[in-house]
Amino acid sequence: MHKKVTNELNFWHRIYVPEVIRGIWITSVHFFTNLGIHILHVFGMAKKHKGMVTFQYPEDPRPPAIRLRARHRLMKRANGTTRCVACMMCETICPAHCIYIVAEEDPDPRIEKRPKVFDINLGLCVVCGYCVEACPEDAIRMDTYIVETSSYSRDGMIITLEDLMNHDNQDMYPRH
Amino acid sequence: MNEYLIIALKIVFVLMAVLSLAAILTWLERKQSALMQDRIGANRADIFGLRAIGLFHIIADSLKMFLKEEFVPPGAQRFLHTVAPLMSAFFALSVAACIPFGKLILDGQTIYLQIIDLNAGILYLIAMMSFSIYGVFLAGWASRSKYSLLGALRGASQMLSYEIAMGISLIGIIMIYSTLSLREIVYAQGELLFGFLPAWGVFLQPVGFIIFLTAGMAETKRVPFDLPEGESEIIGYFTEYSSMRFGLFFLTDFIEVALVAMLMSVLFFGGWNIPYLQDTGFVFPWGGSLAMSPLLASLLGILAFGVKVVFFCWLQLTIRWTLPRFRYDQLMKLGWKFMLPLAMANVVATGLVLVLLD
Ligand code: SF4
Ligand code: SF4
Repeated sequence: MHKKVTNELNFWHRIYVPEVIRGIWITSVHFFTNLGIHILHVFGMAKKHKGMVTFQYPEDPRPPAIRLRARHRLMKRANGTTRCVACMMCETICPAHCIYIVAEEDPDPRIEKRPKVFDINLGLCVVCGYCVEACPEDAIRMDTYIVETSSYSRDGMIITLEDLMNHDNQDMYPRH
Repeated sequence: MNEYLIIALKIVFVLMAVLSLAAILTWLERKQSALMQDRIGANRADIFGLRAIGLFHIIADSLKMFLKEEFVPPGAQRFLHTVAPLMSAFFALSVAACIPFGKLILDGQTIYLQIIDLNAGILYLIAMMSFSIYGVFLAGWASRSKYSLLGALRGASQMLSYEIAMGISLIGIIMIYSTLSLREIVYAQGELLFGFLPAWGVFLQPVGFIIFLTAGMAETKRVPFDLPEGESEIIGYFTEYSSMRFGLFFLTDFIEVALVAMLMSVLFFGGWNIPYLQDTGFVFPWGGSLAMSPLLASLLGILAFGVKVVFFCWLQLTIRWTLPRFRYDQLMKLGWKFMLPLAMANVVATGLVLVLLD
């Protein structure tokens, strides 16, 4: 036999006043604990406790999750050229059709193509990460942790090949 | 001449006290709810980088209210639409006229911080609180909008229902202190019961106190009883209001919070009385006393009244941020089927006890 789960109220729930007092007790405990912590902060004490679960955003940004998908970047080879071979895989899979690639011949005879134009319209991007999955060269990644993408015009939301390559290839981004 | 000056000063004092308390309550509500929910609350408005824990939001908010466009919807009754918020705020403020804030004893002369001491004070305050229905209802009616009208209807029926329970809950107080004047009620609460317990209304009328608290919160039209405003669906009777006209309704809510807190302190928690404090100092029932000048004692009394009022404001805000809203049928059920009979039973029980004790 299962224990029957009911939503029925017993007498003490029904007269409501004890439940009100219990609720006020819970909220008051939060209120006075946080008030005490904030007062202690004024005197420079109890810095370990924040007294809140929110982040004061521009001054105190929230630490990003390790697998956060953020703005894209294109990885580089050891000689500084892009790893992208303009295979159009990412452009094809992109559900938002926001990648635009124009290929050109690569001067290196061992490599067939390289991108001449590589635009991503961040205003359309749905941050799904499919492009990263599709890339056979591990050329495109979304690990810059840049999430503050804003612009005063729609054109400003388009990032180009230079923007995508504009990161130094040192391990400034944590590896997954 | 001197008397008129004193009365004018009293009016200024009472208006300033009530309005600034209401303004501070807008800030307190944001900060308190934030702390209760582990947030930090409004803290962005600053003057030259000085933030003063968000206190400048009061100024920023009122500036915003004044600078916004005043819009009267086409088809609205222009005159009534304009008058409704004024009525709402006017009647709320006029309740404050009969509240005794305290007394000041200067050179043996007693000045009461109360604009008028009506001998029918309780009737006056119930009448004035009932009048605030007019502001609500006219606002809904004059806007010619379905949502406003719905909000106004809900508001009117809710306030009417709880008005009755509130009035009857005060009958017990009237019977015990056998006076209608608020000043005399406060004086009567300065006595001691059985030689040690202050004769405060809450000890003599605990049921009356709970009913008054509930009905008072329903009067302020805030969350457990916020159906007239229903911020999440119908927006309520002030849907069609903008700028400072909306601001007046907003302020009225907070004025009413402050007033209910003041009435609770006056009627049930002894007003300016501090237990065992007489005009000449503390006299403890277990012997011992502490003499002080009458001026200091009266100032302490005013301070005590302030502390009580702040406590009840805090209590109301805590309840507002703790409880979920009632459904409409639950609201009516609570008002008519529970509180009204309870209030009447309370009157009967009080009467029986009084007759038996005679
Ligand atoms: S994350 Fe998704 S939407 Fe954005 S560019 Fe890559 S594939 Fe397109
Ligand atoms: S899938 Fe990779 S290699 Fe192919 S075009 Fe896109 S980024 Fe370049």
